Amino acid sequence: MKRRQLIQSAWAGSAIGITGLFGACATPMSGPKVVVVGGGYGGATAAKYVRMWSDYGIQVTLIEPNASFVSCPISNLVIGGSKTIQDITTPYENLSKRHGVSVVRDFVTSIDPDKRIIKLQSGSELTYDRLILSPGVDFMYDDIAGMNKASAKDKVLHSWKAGPQTVALRQQLQDMPDGGVYALSIPLAPYRCPPGPYERACQVAHYFSKAKPKSKVIILDENDDVTSKGPLFKKAWTDRYKGIIEYRPKHKVVDVDATNNTLKFEFNDDLKANVLNYLPPMRAGDIAVKTGLATANKRWCEVDFLTFETKAAKNIHVLGDSIQIAPAMPKSGHMANQHGKTCAAAVVALLTGKEVNPLPIYNNTCYSFVSDTDVVHVSSVHRYDAEKKTMVTVAGSGGVSAAASEIEGQYAMAWARNIWADTLA
Amino acid sequence: MKRTIQLILGVGFALASVFASAQSNPAQVRSWAAGCANCHGTNGQAQPGMETLAGANKDDTIRKMSDFKAGRRTATIMHQLAKGYSDDEIVAIATYFASQKR
Repeated sequence: MKRRQLIQSAWAGSAIGITGLFGACATPMSGPKVVVVGGGYGGATAAKYVRMWSDYGIQVTLIEPNASFVSCPISNLVIGGSKTIQDITTPYENLSKRHGVSVVRDFVTSIDPDKRIIKLQSGSELTYDRLILSPGVDFMYDDIAGMNKASAKDKVLHSWKAGPQTVALRQQLQDMPDGGVYALSIPLAPYRCPPGPYERACQVAHYFSKAKPKSKVIILDENDDVTSKGPLFKKAWTDRYKGIIEYRPKHKVVDVDATNNTLKFEFNDDLKANVLNYLPPMRAGDIAVKTGLATANKRWCEVDFLTFETKAAKNIHVLGDSIQIAPAMPKSGHMANQHGKTCAAAVVALLTGKEVNPLPIYNNTCYSFVSDTDVVHVSSVHRYDAEKKTMVTVAGSGGVSAAASEIEGQYAMAWARNIWADTLA
Repeated sequence: MKRTIQLILGVGFALASVFASAQSNPAQVRSWAAGCANCHGTNGQAQPGMETLAGANKDDTIRKMSDFKAGRRTATIMHQLAKGYSDDEIVAIATYFASQKR
């Protein structure tokens, strides 16, 4: 442990040394300029790796409205009560201290792709040679009249972006009387984190089983069946949460009555619950849509999978949950981190006149907690297919857990520590 | 002076092994290896609870991956992921990690 700390601090020291050296030698305005919008798994990783892989020669500015990174993976454990919001929060300071990324706490209001100008809420403007957009998802409330009424969104939470809503949903569950109902609705795929809602149901049921055993979790899924790790989740619901979790597929929400805490469906009877957790349909982050980059159904951004350059604008790269995914590619934090590195390598190559890697290969690993300790996973390997011009999964690779286990619970937390460090430290 | 010579030789060998491994393109191999960093740490320098790949013996890593791939060695995940990489890619990635500072 001591040795590891020593190595880490030595490594950090050398990184600061490099940054410091460049800071002293290079004039601030020299070198190509990359601006990254969004400091989540995709954007923060891209910012760090553009600096690292350009030997700290490319200037990188990261625009992020939040003060710290709050992880969506593991956030369901905060809702279930076995972790705290502090456990899933990491500051951005290592990106600036160790890697010389200029982290700006602001919000992008508009992008001019022709003039390459970004306008910020604070009023300032930035220019770029290459722009990397990783704005995550935003929610499509337009067709759900009840959600557009005053304060509906403060009462009926999504908690699908980790942060204040994660804590607020936890509070709603704590305030709920025993014998109450928690209803979770799931939109048609694709949405952010396919197994996430089913993991959340497990975490809430775990909490109920300990603290409020007469309470119920009802899952209202617009999909025909569980979209990820189906048999493993269903086994957990039968073996661990019998009488608590009820799964209802093919339930499309058409309206939400926030005043009466009621979900209204296309074909099924209304459902009233003590705590409503409505997951709206999702699309690319607002700034990507507003800039005209959401070319697939006006929802997602089509990209070149070698570079993540968007098909709609030159010199703008989009990655993470905002993209039109390749076949069998999940919208996950792990995948966004992989996008970030693939995009960073391509951006460095393009800005330094080198060849872009013609064969990206990366993997996805996604852990889900079915209790506070036991975990199941799904894994896959993705590689570029030059003929199809997209990423495809490798036949025979990947898979799911044989069964939920505590050892995978330990690996899941080790995964979290490692990906947080790979993204932010 | 002796230490300086050792250091230069050391760096020389490290560079030689990098170039030997990545006959195609060192940046490509670096990108492939970065795909492991989500779990095994940036450049293979892992956080607690996961195996550090940086500085790991090249032949050991190749053997482990081959065993995972062939089903001779069990795991929770690595036997599934190893099957997604060709033998040449495994050699290149193992060589890259062997050359990284632990």
